[in-house]
This record gives sequence, structure tokens and C-alpha cells, in this order.
Amino acid sequence: MQIRFVLNEQMVIVSGNGSGTLLDFIRYEAHLKGTKIGCREGDCGACTVLVGTLHDEKVLYKSLTSCLTPLANVHGKHVVTVEGVNINGLNKVQESIVTHSGTQCGFCTPGFVMSLTGFALNGTDSDLNAAIGAMDGNICRCTGYKSLERAAQSVLNDIHSIDDTNRTNSLIKAQFIPEYFSTIAEELATIEPLSVVSEAIIVAGGTDVYVKSHDDVSEMSLQFLSAKPTYDHIAISDGQCILKPNTTVSELMVCKHVLDAIPGWYQYLKLVSSTPIRNIATIAGNLVNASPIGDLTIILLALNSKITMTDTHQNQRTIWLKDFYKGYKTLDKTEDEIITEISFRQPESHTLFNFEKVSKRTHLDIASVNTAIAIETRDMLILSAGCSVGGVGPIPLYLRETSKFLAGRKINVETIHLAEQVLQKEINPISDARGQKDYKRLLARQLFFSHFITLFPSLINLEDLI
Amino acid sequence: MINIDAQNHVKGKSIYLDDIPEVNGTLHCLPFYAETAHAHITGIDLQDAKQLPGIKTVLLAGDIPGENQIGSIIPDEPLFAAHEIHYWGQPIGLIIGISEQVCRRARKLIKVSYDELPVITCPREAQKQNQLIIPPRKFTLGNVAQAWEACTHIIEGSTDINGQEHLYIETQGAYAWPKEDGSLYVASSTQGPTAVQRAIAAVLNLPMHKIEVNVVRLGGGFGGKEDQATMWAVMAALAARHLNKPVKISLHRMDDMCMTGKRHPYTADFKIGLTDNLKIMAYEVTHFQNAGASADLSTSVLERTLFHSTNAYYIPNVEATAWCCKTNLPPNTAFRGFGGPQGKFVIEAAIVKAAEKIGISPDDIQKANLVTDGNEFPYGQIVQDARAKQSWQECTSIYNLDRVKQEVEAFNLANKSYKKGYAVQPVCFGISFTNTMMNHARALVHIYQDGSVVVSTGAVEMGQGVNTKMLQIVHDIFGINTEKIRIESTNTLRIANTSPTAASAGADLNGKALEMACNTLRKRLTEVAQRHFDANEVAFRDGNIFSSDKSQQISWEKLVIMAFQQRVALSEHAHYVTPVIHYDKSKEKGHPFAYHVYGAAILQVTVDCLKGTYQFDSVRIVHDSGNSMNLTVDNGQIEGGLVQGIGWMTLEEVVYSKQGKLISNALSTYKVPDIYAVPKEIDIRHLDTIGPDLAIKKSKAVGEPPLMYGLGAYFAIRKAVKAFNPYAELTIDAPYTPEKVLMDLYKKH
Repeated sequence: MQIRFVLNEQMVIVSGNGSGTLLDFIRYEAHLKGTKIGCREGDCGACTVLVGTLHDEKVLYKSLTSCLTPLANVHGKHVVTVEGVNINGLNKVQESIVTHSGTQCGFCTPGFVMSLTGFALNGTDSDLNAAIGAMDGNICRCTGYKSLERAAQSVLNDIHSIDDTNRTNSLIKAQFIPEYFSTIAEELATIEPLSVVSEAIIVAGGTDVYVKSHDDVSEMSLQFLSAKPTYDHIAISDGQCILKPNTTVSELMVCKHVLDAIPGWYQYLKLVSSTPIRNIATIAGNLVNASPIGDLTIILLALNSKITMTDTHQNQRTIWLKDFYKGYKTLDKTEDEIITEISFRQPESHTLFNFEKVSKRTHLDIASVNTAIAIETRDMLILSAGCSVGGVGPIPLYLRETSKFLAGRKINVETIHLAEQVLQKEINPISDARGQKDYKRLLARQLFFSHFITLFPSLINLEDLI
Repeated sequence: MINIDAQNHVKGKSIYLDDIPEVNGTLHCLPFYAETAHAHITGIDLQDAKQLPGIKTVLLAGDIPGENQIGSIIPDEPLFAAHEIHYWGQPIGLIIGISEQVCRRARKLIKVSYDELPVITCPREAQKQNQLIIPPRKFTLGNVAQAWEACTHIIEGSTDINGQEHLYIETQGAYAWPKEDGSLYVASSTQGPTAVQRAIAAVLNLPMHKIEVNVVRLGGGFGGKEDQATMWAVMAALAARHLNKPVKISLHRMDDMCMTGKRHPYTADFKIGLTDNLKIMAYEVTHFQNAGASADLSTSVLERTLFHSTNAYYIPNVEATAWCCKTNLPPNTAFRGFGGPQGKFVIEAAIVKAAEKIGISPDDIQKANLVTDGNEFPYGQIVQDARAKQSWQECTSIYNLDRVKQEVEAFNLANKSYKKGYAVQPVCFGISFTNTMMNHARALVHIYQDGSVVVSTGAVEMGQGVNTKMLQIVHDIFGINTEKIRIESTNTLRIANTSPTAASAGADLNGKALEMACNTLRKRLTEVAQRHFDANEVAFRDGNIFSSDKSQQISWEKLVIMAFQQRVALSEHAHYVTPVIHYDKSKEKGHPFAYHVYGAAILQVTVDCLKGTYQFDSVRIVHDSGNSMNLTVDNGQIEGGLVQGIGWMTLEEVVYSKQGKLISNALSTYKVPDIYAVPKEIDIRHLDTIGPDLAIKKSKAVGEPPLMYGLGAYFAIRKAVKAFNPYAELTIDAPYTPEKVLMDLYKKH
């Protein structure tokens, strides 16, 4: 196939299977050495680039880790590396980092430049937390980050004057980005979508396959869901929230159909990986990866989600997500089925939801234990509850017995204690890099308590529970 | 002055090893390594790998033309294991092919068979079995045995401190290409170009003058590229020499983590005795260092653990013993602090345990025992120009320790689910290589006839800003615009026999040599100017040279061309040796350090007692920089060092299986601080001192000391945990991960 995209200022056409990484293309084909390799698994951010997608005649930019991005996934898009934001002298982001000494050895620096530039281009949130959040996928081993925080503050000060009606031109004028950005939308409009080949492994975002098999991907035959671009990934129908399989975490994070009912939603999803990964990682990918500790899986289990699968003959079937997991990395799914839809009842204002996750590092880390609960109550009575927990067995676990136990009971310390005993019987953690099994049992208890302390602060507190 | 590399860094224009444009025909090499920690090799099957299209050859120990040996202090480390495997990840051979990818594919086809042997990963176990790199070393002061009688409080205990992954973001790498006459050019990402040159020469059986090693900059070092960058450069050079082709190596992160050593884990036993008025009378400590499978720099690291066993405290009776224990882990190596932090951790733990037993705050003990002028360190050096008390005084008064204590106490009374803790962390760190022989450096300065200046020293730039400091030195002596000065790469042809850029001493040693070279050149130019002005005194300022009465002036460029025409030497190579220092290992006494760096920090933390997680509220530091020549650069080192130290004490957990396999082998399983994991507030003040003469421009070394403020992180968390669970017996076992915190919060008593 032929992959076309704009790399910085230039249209690029690449023939091949498109399964090599964007990172290798940038460094070893295009010889743009500003983008660095730190880990090749999306955990350091040294390879962060911006990718712009044409949408309603505007180009929307997101940061992503080029080490986990299949080349095919940037077809029709604008790829921006650090070389592509250089102007005469320093641009505003670069100047901020230099002025505040946010660079020492410099190896991680281009990644930070790109993340902050992505923040400037988006401009939807503009407080310091958002600016710092834009750098949540970038690891620096030299500075201790304080200088980068100061640089972010200074970028923020410069952004306040940006006019949102024509953001691109305003950013060009303010010396954030070079002039050529103004013509990118026209160039992208000339690129036809990829013709689809249907073989072998299906790749959505690529964040799993490209970690597991990075030595081999360039020669693997992969099918890219991105070849069939879809928009409006999240819809509401009949009170159901319906997600397309390639909905990214970032999209779900700002989904207002959910946010309206679950005020903590954005903060919960912020605990999932980092900005550049959330920008590419998809919901269906998280589900089929079948990690016993997948954050989104745990969240969707508690929301009592259903998944629809379609095979190559267009046969469809819909099952409960909680029935999808049969054993460690074993799914109720045939080889030729793919997830085509994920749905859950749109949370309403009386649905109480909470998500808890503890990992060694709070952000950009895999949980030791994570758990979610969706609970409906009237007065002091639990009408129904759906509780899930990860990291405590071979599959992401829907706590059938615990959830059943809770239904119909009063919210009080005794109920929680008894339910916790049921929970302990349902889980079976093992010792691994994320913690010893005794720790995971204790942590599961604590986080289960935390659901009730958080959701019913006037009724339940830690002192009474322990 | 801002780091002179910053502009290129932010534009992505700085060149690191993997960014060097590849010479036509460049090959790639990749080591294959043991997948067991201790075994005899019974067979190596290379057939399938060698037949893979694109593979040029696979080299084994038998293909080495010189010595199969890269040990720098003790010759106990083969480049390739020939018969016996000593750690998981030990290189057995080298695959060379047309691309890195084909080498990685070939590696999967190599089959090595083993006869397994028992694996030791614990240093105490190694010591029991007499698996030692060197015999134990002991520092003594006074008479500990007699001193216990004078003590009211005697407390014993033990501590564990884990290792730390360097996690330089640029992985290890090298690029070698053949020149004529069998000589080689080697680009290396190393802190020690001479170590690389020496090892290549030995392995290839070539004289050192045939090996040119060049270092432009490193994408982070932290000690991990002091000795352990050598192996990769030797491999690339061996392959280049073997095939007479340019050969490059650039490690994948997981190979890097699996094959390289880390900060040394230690376990220790201590006994501390205090008088009624909280004077520490006696301290006995035994350190068991987990050296890994070969010496590497472990023996020197061990030495620094002993040098810093009493941190910033004067203790009249000390007996400190250290065992260098050989285990089946990758050879552990230098890491910012170089064993010092491990030595300090134990005395701090002993003080905390003592305070808990006596029922007082650890800072009461710390404050009562700080070193002062005239005290003797256990290694015989007499304390001069001590700043321990001054740092403490300023730190605790500026940041109001009493109020911190009251606030923490009030918060803890009012809150059940969250508890706060604090710790004060004094630091005293000796500057100089403890191996006196290494304290020398050279600088080469050329002034070209157009007035531009190029500088070479033995210092390697790795983000610490040493090149910026070198530039400042030249600028100040010649009085010329910084654009006229270029700091060149570190190259063994220009600067020979360098010591590695390490021990915080890079700027001091190389800067002093550079100062000498520049002063000599200025003297020559002064003579030219004096003749020209017919005046006795001249001044170099703002790109001009003035007669003392300012009546005459001449531009720098004119003076230089005039000197050139008068056949004045415009190049100078200077050699600096740190005076005063000496050390006698047979007595374990001497004066090993040019000076000490002092400081104190107050760390505050909030622990979530429901979840076992924590957040550092603030770290407030008073640091003794002497007369800092670059506060911007120095503050960057302080913030970065602190956060690295906190990371080591909190999140960063190196995990090996019982079989010696690294479990925390990727960034997904080894977590360093991210932007959210750092203290909410870091405040740095500097002591107003004039600084010692042996520091460059009286500006004290800054690379390592600030890391040790991070030790307080452990004890601040412990204090918060104790506020929640006061009666449980808690071990001292760093890092204090959220897992250990939660287990301690709910530990039964």
C-alpha cells in the first residue's frame, strides 16, 4: 500500500506494509534525529511527536509516542517533529524551556518541546494543571521537573493572548509554530483514505502489539483499523452509551454524556497511562488485550457493559463484558471476530460511580490493584451494585458475589465488612512485579473501603472501618 | 549563564551517539548474553544465527586478539564469558550484521546450553560463603569497645537499602570505525574516554596511541557510564577491527537494563551509643555491599561508604567495617554519590531508631552532633571550614523547623486518614576522587589567529553544565565575548590520560587546568600588549585590552594577530594536580578530600493512610555552594539530584528473582519520578560563604551532594507512618514503596 502524509513541511509517500513504527521512519528514513529513542514502549516520551488530523477543515493536533505508532496510522495526517516547529531563533515553547533551564542533558527535551507545543495548539484547557498534564508522558532524569513546571507557566502566560477563532494563524504570529502550518489543512485534504487489506492481526492504536512485538512488527502483516476512518466515536441511543471500538481513551475522557453523570470521570481516566498514549490507545484494544489489570476494562465492567462482535461474514453477537474473559488472556471470541461496538447504560445522576487505582507511581504506571463500583441507592438502601477489581487474579474480575451481596442491603459499616469478606473469597492474587499477594489483598480491601468512604462521606469513614 | 547547550537541545539539533550520521557500509552489532545467573557453559550453537541473511559473523571469547578482560580496578571481568557465567545478562558473544534488526533476529536463533550452578543474590550469604571481591576494610577512631560504658542509650539494628537503575534516557552505545594503519576512531557515550581507550587497546592488543576516543555529550550518565560504557565501545571496536568496517551499537532499553549494573544495594548492622545529653559517643557499623559478579568500581564505592559512614556528625569512637560481597548479579557500579549515600543512610537510620527509643525527635540528636572545625573524621582528616552547623542553623530558622513540627503535630491530631511526616537531612560530602592518584586533569587551549578560541579538557558534558562552566572560565580570563569561545568534544588525542568525569570533580579538576592554560596565554599576550602600549599594567575586558591608565586600547583580535606575527605561542596545554590531598590505605588515615560540601534540608510528606500512597509537600534546602560561579546550573543540579534521591528512597525498586533475573527490566516495571511524583515545592537557599581555594573559582562541586537530601524522604514517610501506627515494630528497608507503606500502616503489633 501507499501511505501518504505530511512530515513537517513535506508531503511524504511511503510504499510498504506500513507496519514499521513512525519513530524508525522519522529517524532512519527521514533522518530527522531530533526525535529520540528512550524505551520503545511508550514509557519515556523522548519520541513524542504531534499528529494533526483534518476535521471540518481544521487540523486537530495530538501528541503521541512515535515508538508505538504504526506508520499506516498516520496516513492522511500531519506529522510534526521537533524540526518541524523550529523557526528562526527559538519558538515560544523552546524559549520558555531555555529561559527556565528546563533542559540539562537534553535527550528528553525534544519530547517535552512537542508535548508543550501540543498543549499550545489545543488550547482547550489553559491552566497550569493542564500544561503540566501535557507533559505527563515525558520522563526527565536530570532536572527534577521544577524548571519544566516554570517553563510551562511561562508558556501559559504567552498563550493567554492567543486568539481562538483562528488559532493556527494566531500561534504563527506569536512565534509558537512556523508559517507553513497555515497551509497544512489544504494539503491534507488532497490525500485519499487508505485502501483496506484484510489479513492477520488487527491494529487499532497499536499500543499493545508495538510493545510486545517491536522487533517483528515491521515485517508483520497487520490490518489497521485507522484505514477506515470513523468519526463521532461515542453516541447515545435509547439510553445506551455506544462506543465505536477505536474510541481513544482521550475521547472517552471528555465524553460529556458520561461526564454529566459522573463528575470524577476525567480524573479517573487521567490515571490511565499518559496523554500521548491516551491519544492513541483504544477502548477495544484495552478489552481484547485482556490484561487482568486493564484500567478501562475494570471501569467498563463496573458499568456493566456489553460488547458486540462481528465476524468476517458480518455475523454479529452481543455479550456481557463480564462473560468475555474465560481465563488468563483467553476470550470468548473467535479468531475472525472483532469488537465492533461497546455499550453501557448511560449513567444517570443517581448512579454513583467510583474508580480507585494504586500503583507504585500514581501516573503512567500499571496498577497494583484497581477497582470500580457503580451503585444505585435509595435512601440508605443499595438497590444494585456492580463492582470490579483488577490485579487480583488471571482476568479482570467482575465481583459477581460481592455485587450480588451488596444489593438490597443498607449502607453501613457492617454491610461493607461483610461484603469485603465476600470480596476476599472472590479474589486470588499472586506475587509479581506489582506487589506481593498479601499486599494486593490488603490493598483490595482498602480500595473497596475507599469506594464507600468516597461515595458516602457522611455515613462512612476510615476510622469506623478499620 | 544558562547552559550553553540549551538552545541546540530545544531545537533537536544536539548530536548524541545514535544521531551521528552513519558512514557508508556501517554494520551493527548486538551482544547475546547469559540467560542464567551462574552456570558452566556446555555448548553454544551459532549455526542458525550465522546463516541468517544479513549476518556477517558472530564473535566469541576465542576471537579476541588481546586480553579477554575489561576490569578497570581488578582484572576479574571478561568481555565475553568463555566457560563460566556469573550473572544473568553477562555477554557471551557479539552478533554483527547489516542492521540492528537482523542482529536481534539472529540473537533469537542462538542456543546456549548450561550446567547450572548455585546462585547467590544476597550479600550476607556471599559473605558467609567467603565470596569476596577484596578483604574487608575497617575505619576506626577512638575506642568503641570502651566507649559503650559511657553511653546511657545503646541501640542496635539493621538496615536494607536497595539499588537504583541509572535510567539515563540515552541508552549505552558506541560507534567505531577503522582508520589507516589499523588504528580506530571510536565515538562513545562514556564518562571515561581514557578507560574506553585503555580497554580497547588491551582487548585488541594495540597500543593506546592507535585508539582515538571522542565524546561529544551524553544523554545522561549519573555514574552509569563511568565504567560501564566501556564494554559497548570495546565490542564495537572489536567488530570494526575484525571486519575492517564501521560498526555501531546502540542498546535497546531492556538490554541496557538487563546487562548493566546499578547503584549498589547494601545491608548493614549498626550499634549506636548516646549520652544523656544526646551526644553520640560510639558508633559501630558493618556494611555488606552487594558488588555483583565482578569488581567494576565496587572497591572504590565501598571506600566512599566508609568515608561517609558518619555523614555530617562528629562521633569520637567509631568502628566501621565494609565487606565487598561477590554475588551473581550484574556488576554494580558508580551512581551519583558513589556509596556515600548508602553509608549515610545507616547513620541516619541509627539516629532515627535511637530517637524513637528515647522518645525524642531525631533532629534533636542530629543537631547535637554536627561536625565542627578541629573535629577528626574517622579517616583522620581534620575538619576545616565546617559549614554543618551553619547550614543547619540557617535551614531550621529560615524555614522555621519549630513551626513545621507544630503544624505536623496539629495536622496529625486532626486527621485520621492522612498523616504528615517531616525529616531534617544534613549532608556532608567529601570532594576529590578518594583514589588520590586520579585527582589530576589537563586542558588544551588554542587561540587562532582570528581571535577565536577553542578549548579541550578531559571533562565530559552530560547535562551537568561543565562545558558552560569551562566557557565562563575562559570568558573571565580573556574578557572576550562567549561567541568567540568554543568548547570542543572530549577527545583522547587532544587530552590524554583523563580521569573520568565523576566524583563531582569534573569542573574543579578540568577548570583548574583550564585556568592555568588561559593564565599562561594571557601572560604571553599581556607581554605583547605591554610592549605595544609601553605600559606595565594592562587589563582584558569586553573584547579589548586596555593600558592601566585607560589611555590606550587594542581589540582582542588585533592583539592576537600581533602576537601571532611576533611568533608568540598561542596554544597552551596545562596540567593540574590537586594539592594537599593524600591517603594511606594501610593505616586507613589521611587527608583524602580537597574540601567538603555541606547543607541541610527539611522534607515534608503527606501519607494517605487508606491507600499507602504519599506526596511530598515540600523540600526546603540550605546549600553550601561556596561562591557559586553559576547559580542557574547549580540549582539545576540541586533540584535534579534531590529528585533522583527521593526517587531512590520511594518509587524506584530494583527487583531480581531468586534466580538472579532482573524483574524490573523495563520502564513499565521500574518507575522513576514523573512530573507528578516530585515535591510540590522545592525551595533552595545558598549559604553566604567565600568558598575554598581548591574549588574552581571558589565555587563548590555540586553534582553529587544534593542527591543525599533525598535520604530524608525515607524518614519523613516513616514519621507519618508512625503517627498512624505508633506501636508496630517497623523495619528499615528502602525504598519505601507504597506497598511497604501500606503494609507498615496496617502492621499488627
